[in-house]
Amino acid sequence: MVFVINLIWGSFILIGIGYAFLTGRVDVINQEIIECGSSAVELFMGMFPLMILWSGIMNIAKKAGILDRLARMMRPLFRLIFPELKADDPALGYIASNLTINMLGIHNASTPFGLKAMKCLQEKNPKREVATRSMITFLVLNTSGVTLIATDIIGVRSKLGATSPTDLVMVTIIATVVNTILALLVDRLLWKRWKNRELKRT
Amino acid sequence: MNLSALSQLFIPLLVLGIIGYALYKKVNVFDEFVEGAKEGLHLGVTVFPCLIAMIFGINILLKSEILNHLFLLLEPLFSFLRVPVEILPMALIRPISGNASFAVMIDIFHTYGVDSYLGRIAAVMQGATDTTIYVLSLYFGSIGIKNIRYALKAGLFADFVTLVMSILLVTLVFGS
Repeated sequence: MVFVINLIWGSFILIGIGYAFLTGRVDVINQEIIECGSSAVELFMGMFPLMILWSGIMNIAKKAGILDRLARMMRPLFRLIFPELKADDPALGYIASNLTINMLGIHNASTPFGLKAMKCLQEKNPKREVATRSMITFLVLNTSGVTLIATDIIGVRSKLGATSPTDLVMVTIIATVVNTILALLVDRLLWKRWKNRELKRT
Repeated sequence: MNLSALSQLFIPLLVLGIIGYALYKKVNVFDEFVEGAKEGLHLGVTVFPCLIAMIFGINILLKSEILNHLFLLLEPLFSFLRVPVEILPMALIRPISGNASFAVMIDIFHTYGVDSYLGRIAAVMQGATDTTIYVLSLYFGSIGIKNIRYALKAGLFADFVTLVMSILLVTLVFGS
């Protein structure tokens, strides 16, 4: 369980190259190894300037007290979701902003807030290589997706001639809310199971 | 006014609101912007190696087409569960790469139609969840977390719920 990221990454590559060998399509892998760097740079260059820009705006919002205010507004919710964080934890301001901006579907802008929130949580982490309960809960909120209006999908649908490009908005919102709530419940369940196992071990 | 126009308005209004309020609170907006941007620069530099690693791994897996072949194997199971088989590549790729699943979604739009049953399911799946493995490795990779405990399980569970919910809701609301 410990090196899951390493395991996933390693097996992606082993399986990918192994399978290409088996099916006799090694040329594709060769191509990919050469091109992967530039596609990564392309993706990075797309998000890097925006990341710098939004980090700047984020800092202004922080200094003006907007982040704290947002966190205070969401406090009742946070107390429920993040029981381990104190009400004045600096991470909560970033978490609140990340979630708000994510809900509106602006992923480029929400990533710096998310990374900053993780960094704040990491500062108080006693075991630096082990994810804390709050980190996992925050991650689950991000991976389950909290986007209420996915503008890119609406855009593509309208371009391809959907009769009513926004007719899926309600359905998508319901799906998001349900999967987020269920994911949070499972997160809590798994945490309890983990804790019990730790207790037994000691 | 439609929704996309509204969300286009949102970003300028957000920036306007933040800077306006900050000026009112007598914050040195320029200095603070530069200060924050510096941090963003640093953030980007820490994230880049993580990004290149993930893209390398993900692209090799996708290019080997093992996922496309895997779903042929899983086909009988899916038809048994009455899940539309055509949605399977989407379900497999969604947790791994957001860009790739976006492409699969557009493919489904082209093949079956934007307003088709499958097109709608794909759109809801794309919109209702985020890319679990990508977000996980980016967020945890950036701060050097190695032991992610049960995070992957919880994340993939959400993707599974999204699969079920998108099929269920689209069938309920629009009919198959």
